[in-house]
Amino acid sequence: MTTDLATPPADTKPYTKSQLLTISASRVLEDGQIVFAGIGITLLAATLAQRTHAPGLTILFEGGVIGPFIQPGELPPSTNEQRCTRRANMLVPITDVLLLLQRGYVDIGFMGGAQIDRYGNLNSSYIGDPDMPKTRLPGTGGGNDIASLAEIIVATKHEKRRFVEKVDFVTSPGFIDGGDSRARCGLPYGGVKKVVTDLALLGFDPDTKLMRIDALQPGVTAEEVQDNTGFDLVIPDDVPIAEAPTATELAILENLDPERLYTH
Amino acid sequence: MAVTPYETIRERTRARDRSLTEKVMSFEEAAALVKDGDHVALGGCTLSRTPIAAIWALIRAGRKDLVLSRSITSNEGDLAYVSGLSSHIMTSWFAQGIVWGLSKVMRAYTESGRAEFEEWSHMAMGLRYRAGAMGVPFMPARSMMGSNVLDRVAGTKEMDCPFTGERLLLLPALNPDVALIHVQRCDAYGNAQIDGLQFMDIDIAMAANRVIITTERIVSNDQIRRAPDQTKIPFFTVDAVVEAPYGSAPHECYGVYEPFFNELDAYAKITATEGEEGVRKYLDRCFYEPEDWAGYLSHIGVADILDAAKRGRRVYDD
Repeated sequence: MTTDLATPPADTKPYTKSQLLTISASRVLEDGQIVFAGIGITLLAATLAQRTHAPGLTILFEGGVIGPFIQPGELPPSTNEQRCTRRANMLVPITDVLLLLQRGYVDIGFMGGAQIDRYGNLNSSYIGDPDMPKTRLPGTGGGNDIASLAEIIVATKHEKRRFVEKVDFVTSPGFIDGGDSRARCGLPYGGVKKVVTDLALLGFDPDTKLMRIDALQPGVTAEEVQDNTGFDLVIPDDVPIAEAPTATELAILENLDPERLYTH
Repeated sequence: MAVTPYETIRERTRARDRSLTEKVMSFEEAAALVKDGDHVALGGCTLSRTPIAAIWALIRAGRKDLVLSRSITSNEGDLAYVSGLSSHIMTSWFAQGIVWGLSKVMRAYTESGRAEFEEWSHMAMGLRYRAGAMGVPFMPARSMMGSNVLDRVAGTKEMDCPFTGERLLLLPALNPDVALIHVQRCDAYGNAQIDGLQFMDIDIAMAANRVIITTERIVSNDQIRRAPDQTKIPFFTVDAVVEAPYGSAPHECYGVYEPFFNELDAYAKITATEGEEGVRKYLDRCFYEPEDWAGYLSHIGVADILDAAKRGRRVYDD
């Protein structure tokens, strides 16, 4: 397996881009939050947060699981298998776990997506014209519901083909056309809180809702982030540098995903 | 898909035999309850409690042109497209599973326009079944608005709430002609007990006009009555009970077996290298040629069955 190495400062352990992404995403989560997690990096990040700074964080899976603790080395293949239910507090029908979003019990939804645009809209449905698509992707699943009803964190590799000026299809709404357009569409709550990548942590301008660099990953410049983005980012004058992954975080992550299914 | 008129729903329900009678039948007899063109809802989700045995029986019976609906669709969707069982699937997500990537077969059929993947949000699918289960024509919801997912589906309406003036989306009810649901235990009358994850199965059973239960085991009515809180689907909604051990293989059945990863890897390899032609051969080998359900399971093999069962029972370990 080829290892996709990021370039850490000289005095830290080496880590992969996926590990960096996972660890950065875990740090955005706060103790006591209720978090809708997906599979792969989002689940690893939520579990890592539980084992570091957020022991009271509750995970929800859209398969209908409230508060599980995932067994290291036994990551579930989707959010709908029995591995998701390990040490759960409660199992409910899918519709009811999704309705927790609508009722307002969920602090954070954790998402990926094939494409994201300058307003944080996500596409996981079609590449190209939806009537004659170049690629039919798997679709929304619960993504649209999570993005419509809760604040979301998007964790994704930072590539120009993913960060596009306008998504081919809005599967999961971010800030739609910016400004107050999201609320005007009937979505008064939620929105994209943070986009976490292997190059930067990004937020959104409070008024225009345009994507902005909030912090740079260690060893990365703002120019590099801009060069890997298909639209103009808002770049403040002083952009802080994020802390590199610690040895403790890396060790926990190795233990959770020993086969490196998601953190290669 | 238009909302079924309330009068029709009531008439159909009135006409059904809702008595406490035995409904155990063969795969073939159960398949005969499904007509070409029916809307058939599938229970379970992704790789879990998928009614594979019932789908196997319908494909063998040569059923055509069903509209299939499910919360999330895995590789049973490929099998439906290639066999002709359905060229119209309503669901929120469609691929074998995240770890195997995109379905090449789904892509080939939908990108060429030979088949439809009608995409709704996960909660929208759930609320549509729930409306059907509740006997109301729609459910209001606060998702899907502002997205292109909403633009591509027919039959929804937006309204300003008569109480608060807020913008709401109205999702049309689904009342499937038939529901196929696989469970761990069921008695001869159709009292179905589900362990673990319930998915949308209870709403689907309540919404549908006919329900076919496949079950790992048929148990006595006495056993059901000893733990009635475990019964999730009541007998009077059920029209057929078919005993199908390992009836979700190669998918999982909570507490009985985990997914058959070797078989799923092999299937993913077939679709990746040979596409729909590979699925055609797979259907010949595993669906059309076996004499019976045991023949289907023989293709998976004893070693993999033991492995999946051993992993499956682990949910009961401390």
